[in-house]
Amino acid sequence: MTADVYKETILDHYRHPRNYGDLPDANVRARESNVLCGDTIEIELRLDRDRVEDLRFRGQGCAISFASASMLTEFAKGRPITEIKKLGKRDIINLLGTDPGPTRIDCALLSLKVLKTAIYAHSGSKVPEEPEETR
Amino acid sequence: MALNVAKIRKDFPILKRKIGGKPLVYLDSAATSQKPKSVISAIERYYTRYSANVHRSVHRLSEEATIAFEQSREKFAHFVGAKTAKEIVFVRNTTEALNLVAFSWARVNLKPGDHILLTEMEHHSNIVPWQILSRERNINLDYVMINDDGVLNWDSFQEMIKKGPKILSLAHVSNALGTINPVKEMAREAHKVGATVIVDGAQSVPHMPVDVADLDCDFMAVSGHKMLAPTGIGMLYAKYDFLDRMEPFMGGGEMIKEVHLQDARWNDPPWKFEAGTPNVEGVIGLGAAVDYLSNLGMQNVRQHEKDLTKYALRKLSDVRGLVIYGTRDVERRGAEISFNLGDIHAHDLATILDAQGIAIRSGHHCAQPLMERLKVPATARASFYIYNTRREVDVLVKALESARKMFKV
Repeated sequence: MTADVYKETILDHYRHPRNYGDLPDANVRARESNVLCGDTIEIELRLDRDRVEDLRFRGQGCAISFASASMLTEFAKGRPITEIKKLGKRDIINLLGTDPGPTRIDCALLSLKVLKTAIYAHSGSKVPEEPEETR
Repeated sequence: MALNVAKIRKDFPILKRKIGGKPLVYLDSAATSQKPKSVISAIERYYTRYSANVHRSVHRLSEEATIAFEQSREKFAHFVGAKTAKEIVFVRNTTEALNLVAFSWARVNLKPGDHILLTEMEHHSNIVPWQILSRERNINLDYVMINDDGVLNWDSFQEMIKKGPKILSLAHVSNALGTINPVKEMAREAHKVGATVIVDGAQSVPHMPVDVADLDCDFMAVSGHKMLAPTGIGMLYAKYDFLDRMEPFMGGGEMIKEVHLQDARWNDPPWKFEAGTPNVEGVIGLGAAVDYLSNLGMQNVRQHEKDLTKYALRKLSDVRGLVIYGTRDVERRGAEISFNLGDIHAHDLATILDAQGIAIRSGHHCAQPLMERLKVPATARASFYIYNTRREVDVLVKALESARKMFKV
């Protein structure tokens, strides 16, 4: 892998993460760890019937997991829940503007996993298992 | 005698590899070591000349395979100072060796309310098997604390030993900090209170002279793949008397003398603990690995690593913002150096170094309780072995400087 993944935009989101902190009037939250490194991301959301009204994240992570959380929360704010449910690996790579490669992709996908867990939890269900290629 | 590293490097085919056009700088031997040609060809010879199952058939191939298999056991027994080859049980790795002791010895001999003493710097493999046992049998787990410099706190050890633990189980050398623990002195204290002493030798046996008789440990667990042998072969040393009194680990072929419909008689140690067809190629590869290290001389291996670690500690100290964990005293540490650079996450650092062809480990090193103690989520770790050079340390330092600039530390 090359170090090209550390583009200015990624380092900027890492150093100045958007939507970082607490959301006091959140109505759902979720937290997950990356088993490889123990990094954690927690996301708090305020969902209305079919839309993400607002969200914040917090946690401990590398530049890739933080930049991805920052960009994903920016993207998700105001979007329909149905659209978030359809997001996958390809969309995260597009947001990041680079493919972090097989050893680091889990870092990039951690925040999406947390976001989906929260959204599905809100409707009382679990994130459905997806076939490998769409992840 | 100083190691002839230039000559050693020629024995390791993988060191010719380029990573993205740059020469491979392999600084992850604490995770797994690379393999010399002699080990690779020993395995090839087994498969091309005398591939057969061991201890079963009476034909020529099986006879040759069995002889090579048992010779490796003798070589390893001699290598660690065991009294006889019967004190060496072949397993998959250090983890399996520790689980075997927890299952076949501790599970049978410990009672509810008993204490097991571990340390804060243990690898998960020397924590979790004891937690499983602790849940099942209501056994207490105590931990020797460490000082800020990554050395065990002797007062804490003395305090804990007063509780009369039935087991003291600890790493000889910490995989995350490099600390060499005073196992011999601790074993003496532990034996005084009647504890059984188990040593995780995964990071010591590959790197320094180790003599189980001198340490007077009751068990020692070792992985082959960290000492030039293939993955999937591990060794458990145990005093014969323990093995003789222990129950089997798994049931099946090889571990029995006779089997009837309702009953069976166990084989003698060590075969009592080796159910099923073993990892024959792994054991034969291990024999070649032990030959290779014995030819170099473990005292020379240790000296080379000490020199390199001293050099690396000095060079790394010059990198602004770099924090090194563990003691600076090379007499008390092995050849693994854990560090962080400013607030750069260890994984980011590892990715940046990888782009320069440098392989290091990053993460919690399967020692999350230690990471909690150090109050860091992860560290980067460079670890050295017989084939590493000062020039490679310089390449590492240069790459760290460029990472520092990239992340504006």
